[in-house]
Amino acid sequence: MAGLVPAIHVFLVAKAWMPATSAGMTNERLRSDVEWLNTILQGILLGGLYAMFAAGLSLIFGVMRLVNIAHGDLIVLAAYVALVATETLGIGPLTSLLIVVPVMAAIGYALQRALLNRTLGDDLLPPLLVTFGLSVIIQNGLLELFTADSVKLNAGAVETASVSLGGGLAVGVLPVIQFVLAIAVIWGLQWLFYRTALGRAFRATSDDPAVAQLMGLNNAHVFALAMALSLAIVAVAGVLLAVRANFDPSIGPARLIFGFEAVIIGGLGSMWGTLVGGIIIGVAQTIGAQLDPGWNLLAGHIAFLIVLAIRPQGLFPKVN
Amino acid sequence: MAEFRVEHSNWSSRIGTAIVLVALVALAAAPWWADRADLRLLSEIYAYVALASLWNVLAGYAGLVSVGQQAYVGLGAYLLFGLASLAGVNPLAAIPISAAAAAIVSVPVAALMFRLRGHYFAIGTWVMAEVFRLLAAQTSALGGGSGTSLPVSVVLSIASSRQMREFVLYWVALAQVAVILLGIVWLLRSRYGLALTAIRDNELGARSNGINVARIKFVVYVAVAFGTAMVGALIFLQKIRISPDTAFSVNDWTAFVIFITVIGGIGRIEGPIIGTVVFFVLRQTLADLGAIYLLILGVVAIAVMLKAPKGIWGLIADRFGWQVFPLERRLVIGKR
Repeated sequence: MAGLVPAIHVFLVAKAWMPATSAGMTNERLRSDVEWLNTILQGILLGGLYAMFAAGLSLIFGVMRLVNIAHGDLIVLAAYVALVATETLGIGPLTSLLIVVPVMAAIGYALQRALLNRTLGDDLLPPLLVTFGLSVIIQNGLLELFTADSVKLNAGAVETASVSLGGGLAVGVLPVIQFVLAIAVIWGLQWLFYRTALGRAFRATSDDPAVAQLMGLNNAHVFALAMALSLAIVAVAGVLLAVRANFDPSIGPARLIFGFEAVIIGGLGSMWGTLVGGIIIGVAQTIGAQLDPGWNLLAGHIAFLIVLAIRPQGLFPKVN
Repeated sequence: MAEFRVEHSNWSSRIGTAIVLVALVALAAAPWWADRADLRLLSEIYAYVALASLWNVLAGYAGLVSVGQQAYVGLGAYLLFGLASLAGVNPLAAIPISAAAAAIVSVPVAALMFRLRGHYFAIGTWVMAEVFRLLAAQTSALGGGSGTSLPVSVVLSIASSRQMREFVLYWVALAQVAVILLGIVWLLRSRYGLALTAIRDNELGARSNGINVARIKFVVYVAVAFGTAMVGALIFLQKIRISPDTAFSVNDWTAFVIFITVIGGIGRIEGPIIGTVVFFVLRQTLADLGAIYLLILGVVAIAVMLKAPKGIWGLIADRFGWQVFPLERRLVIGKR
């Protein structure tokens, strides 16, 4: 996996900076090596979640050149929809996907038809401002409905279950599910884009909306379907986020930023690139956290800025 | 050969400028007619007029839609706290020094951010602001994540009596917004202003007429960073207390500022002033609603963006041809 090369490099650099507390004792050293491998493994699995944040963002940018600033807040909205679904129906978080995904997709379709389609055009300002306003509306609406208290979805025994890989390495079942889902989502998007009629419609409107319309496509409908699909992915990401950690109405913008960083690192238009981007952010964050808890988020941002400085087109650019 | 000259003012800008000057004199005398709470409110209004006017130049004219200007509000404020409480610099003198230092920081930031196009630039600036916030939280000399207050000796060095201190800070705030507005009027009347207006109306057209768009955008970004940091430094000098979350707040220093500009009228110098008035009227009347107030503000901003993208002042200016500041360019043939 291409993401591992820079990740391991970062790891070695980071290790060189570590105070040599256990130097000399081979046994202790071995244990700390395992600890670092574990950290990287956690980072890779976390990267799956970030790739899912990024996939929805990348999809709508690819189809209609729209950057949705409310993306992170929609992830949090999905988490709250899942919270309501699990509490009122007494179902588990993973089962709640059956409700959350269609609900979010419907919201996406309606949002695009009623609001966002009107902002598309040559001018950058309207989509940015409208989605920014939407972000503020969602955040404060959730604050009003659910208060600022942080909550969490309870997934039961699967939350703490882990699989030992031998040699002191272990991975949680939940992070693995999360990672596998991310790969499935990205693979599914790839398949949809290049193997189905809908994907053809997406690509056609992306290449030339005017000609696509002449060929009988209803652009407003195609864009709304893309947004619906984007929010369906957001729904999955939101549920996983809600199971993974505490959430409250204010955490949306940070999720947007992680997803955005993954998109830019991966390279615009490349779906598998976003997975690599997500992994890089995830690994940087877990390594940063291991070095000093205050460096958790900072390390992810710095990884992004380094890529931006040395390879602004991203690692696997597809569009120019 | 016919003589010709360019005229900037018309009847409405003469009236407008006169009103602005009278208002300025009246506001400068506010310590004699307003109470302490009014002075604080007025200072806050000046800060928002200044921030929104600066953002308007950035986004409305130069097309650089940043949602990360809180980076410079916070940076200016933190630099001021560092200079005043750690290095012992007089806090009023520290305001321009902090702004200059923030402008220097903005140069490499601009070099990095300008690699991101259009929409992605917006979110990139937000990442930068987050980096600044996290770094501030790591700065233990200034209280780390929980922040710090200015020492009493620093506060006393502004003026020894509390009343005089409030007057001085009020006048500095008024002078600051006046200088920023004057600077923007001057900029827009210069040839750079012509270039900026051209970029606002059609970037490609501006480029094809020989305007170095990238260079002008860079200069505007750095200049706006300077102004924003200056405003941020003063805001937190008045608050006396700072923390990473308040200094780098996206709601306070970017969301409100964007809403003010959009509602008032983006791409026009009068817009942010009108928008600030609307914002504070709404805030004073809806303050009890808490989160609902922000929600309403978001709805209003979206509605304005979709239904009247030129904002309130845009509607007025289009309908009546008014301008408050002498900015238009009219070619007059013949001697004066």
